[in-house]
Amino acid sequence: MRYAETGFNLEVDLTKGNIERVATDPRLTALHLGGLGTNARLFWDRVPPEVEPFSPDNLLVFGAGLLAGTPAPGSNRTIVSSISPQTRLFAYSMMGGFWGPELKYAGYDKVVVRGRSPKLVYLWIHDDQVEIRDAEHYRGLGTLETAELIRQELGDRHVQVASIGLAGESRVFFASIEQGKSSASRQGMGAVMGSKNLKAIAVRGSKDINIAKPTEYIELCNQALAYIKARDGHPIPGVMPILAGLGSPQEMKVHDEKWHTENFVWGNARTRRKGFWTDEVHKEWTNTLETMRTRLLSCHNCPMKCGASIAVDTRICSYMMKCFSKLTYTMGAMSNLDFGLRIAQKATEHGLDAFSAPQTMAFAIELYEAKILTDEDMPDFPATGDERFYYLLDKIVHREGIGDILADGTYWAGQRIGKGAEAYAHNCIKKHEQLPLKLGMLNPIYFLMYSTGEKINITQIEGNFPQEPFATREEREAFVADWPHIPDERFKQWYVEWEQRGEHSIPNYPPVDATCEIVHWQEKMHYVDDCTGICAGLGSFPLKPPFHMHNLPRLISAGAGLDLDEAGLDQITKRNRTLVRALNNRLGLRRKDDKPPEDHWRKRFPELEKKLLDGYYKFKGWNEDGVPTAETLRELGLGFVAEEFAARGILTADGSPSAKEAAIEGAAQ
Amino acid sequence: MNAVKTKKIKTIKIDVDKCNGCRACEVICSAMHAEPRYSSNNPARSRVRVIRDPLADIYIPVYAGEYTAAECTGRDRYVIDGKVYDECAFCRASCPSRGFFKEPDSGLPLKCDMCESDPTLKEPMCVQWCLTDALTYEEREEPVDDAIEPEDVDVGLEALANKYGWQQVVDSMSRLAKKD
Ligand code: SF4
Ligand code: SF4
Ligand code: SF4
Repeated sequence: MRYAETGFNLEVDLTKGNIERVATDPRLTALHLGGLGTNARLFWDRVPPEVEPFSPDNLLVFGAGLLAGTPAPGSNRTIVSSISPQTRLFAYSMMGGFWGPELKYAGYDKVVVRGRSPKLVYLWIHDDQVEIRDAEHYRGLGTLETAELIRQELGDRHVQVASIGLAGESRVFFASIEQGKSSASRQGMGAVMGSKNLKAIAVRGSKDINIAKPTEYIELCNQALAYIKARDGHPIPGVMPILAGLGSPQEMKVHDEKWHTENFVWGNARTRRKGFWTDEVHKEWTNTLETMRTRLLSCHNCPMKCGASIAVDTRICSYMMKCFSKLTYTMGAMSNLDFGLRIAQKATEHGLDAFSAPQTMAFAIELYEAKILTDEDMPDFPATGDERFYYLLDKIVHREGIGDILADGTYWAGQRIGKGAEAYAHNCIKKHEQLPLKLGMLNPIYFLMYSTGEKINITQIEGNFPQEPFATREEREAFVADWPHIPDERFKQWYVEWEQRGEHSIPNYPPVDATCEIVHWQEKMHYVDDCTGICAGLGSFPLKPPFHMHNLPRLISAGAGLDLDEAGLDQITKRNRTLVRALNNRLGLRRKDDKPPEDHWRKRFPELEKKLLDGYYKFKGWNEDGVPTAETLRELGLGFVAEEFAARGILTADGSPSAKEAAIEGAAQ
Repeated sequence: MNAVKTKKIKTIKIDVDKCNGCRACEVICSAMHAEPRYSSNNPARSRVRVIRDPLADIYIPVYAGEYTAAECTGRDRYVIDGKVYDECAFCRASCPSRGFFKEPDSGLPLKCDMCESDPTLKEPMCVQWCLTDALTYEEREEPVDDAIEPEDVDVGLEALANKYGWQQVVDSMSRLAKKD
């Protein structure tokens, strides 16, 4: 019997209209766990680097985490993977909500989609019955609208639906896949789904998920719940509200947005508005949220309530929102919260990433003001920020006129527009738009995380280590006094000795070797979550979470029937992290791509940055070009990767960058 | 004078305004009733189901009550606060009109047993796992007359009879009895 996982994937070939239920190899679970780990393995084995993102040969994989759907609180993540049209790298975008657990209840761990359907279809998975159904009548409809109509068509209110909107159908490079209160937003997974002519996947299940050691597993779950309850009454003192508690950033609960509105940057990630947060704004925005928010919502089996029902011009509910999408449209358009919540409804129905979409629109407005884009490019372009955003939203999702160029995101749009527009796409890492944040002094930990995070999104790598030191040593000592989450005692020392000013402050503190270990730890926790499907909000993201490296090996072992200790979990995480890196190396990623946006920090330190990157690569067992060495690969049981690297000339026998690579580099310079 | 007989009534108070729709109650109820306990979970086997209609902002935890052979002839629709509740939203019956409260494989009816177990739990599991207090547990004393409650077996048999007919059930029972 298989535990926690179902042991079956659903293989769907949309070109042939063929559906197969395929038993998976339990050895792969032992090597990679599930979710991101086994997704990455599928891509390594089946999607060579020559495959274009919109080619029928590209896969779109919906992988529920290994523990998703089990009683572990917050275990509900689905990791959606493909080759991203925007970064052209291996993407993994997570969604919470209810879809992943429902897929497990239906008896599958993953849905692996390949090919391209000749017409628009949706997939209906109901336990053992799986069919491809016509979706032409849903063409152009919104994500939530489609989900609702599918439920009616199937005559079942409780079907979980993941769907794309017009943006996905139009292959907007930052189109999302939406499923009610959650979405796989980043890196254009909705565009890949659109390219396959797949409008939605509807799922309903009524099968058991088995647990290997029931008593132990429930005991650990009960402990986590008790901890969550206790932690609720004890927020971490001295940090901003969204970092004080557990869960994803509690944006739907907080009214005080001073920190975001005055520290993050507005418009096209440029304008800092000190003094913006007045009493008047506070009152207005509080009123907006209180009026439009009708209920706080959680994902499957989680008490944290990170999401909310939002009612636009109705008293009931128009859509569901979570996290920082609360402010991205507002700040991009230099507007107010009412506008932000209204346009987010339309954008959610169209299925757009709430990070990239507003930034791309703000980018277009800047180009217009700089006269790089003109009235010819944007006929009848309105005068106010709000109206301009609605105008651009419409153009982008239809890929109409200038919208066709903007739909590729700021990096590619800058390239296509030319005339200096390239420089306006200033907030990308690896061609992907980032949080609108511009700071003064380089922080070494964040430098490494921004540069090397393979999810290309800071919130998917940062977390368990505080973002900055408390002002006094006493506060820092109080913080570390109760901190069992850390790998070892050195982490306490690094934190206690970290100062806001002076010798022990950023950029030179923490020292390079400590920085590498801190980054490694935070990264590792995210990789564990992405494989188990436990929400980062209860693991890798908040300070002092219920799940950490000292209790997760037991939880995973008791749930999935594996025999894991800390060293074993560490090895699996390294293997998965290295495999994701290798996939991207095979797609061309090298050291030159590992960098933050040029203007992320005003003060940069090229020599220190070089040392940091060198240190990190060495720590990871990668060569100086950011490619895992053959030795590292073999140690992790990834000998097959080493062989392919050798065959493709990515590594030479001695692990140095190959002559062929050096020649390409030389030619490029 | 005879003392009035009382019995302890166990109630679960459901505050739908506090429900966040998480289905933790379904997960833990099904796990608690798995054989062996907690060895599996499956909301389809849960004795509490959350009727969810997110775009209507409807989240109602409903507990499995009595089995009924026939569905109601008329269906209720309640409008509360502008929200329209359909799908027999507040009904606890294990009823042919819907998939809830039936074992997925056998079709046998499910009924909330308030987590009867030995030793007795301090609170039913669904209440323990609902950290938002949408579900809270209360006990009170109520006078009773001694009526005989139909046993679970009766209910199960009746359900089988309704599905296959009495003759089938009787035949099967005598066949099974002979095997022992
Ligand atoms: S912590 Fe928040 S985002 Fe994470 S599973 Fe719970 S409700 Fe969802
Ligand atoms: S556990 Fe509580 S909050 Fe969650 S669905 Fe059940 S009743 Fe609602
Ligand atoms: S009281 Fe116990 S049996 Fe009844 S629904 Fe809750 S968990 Fe299930």
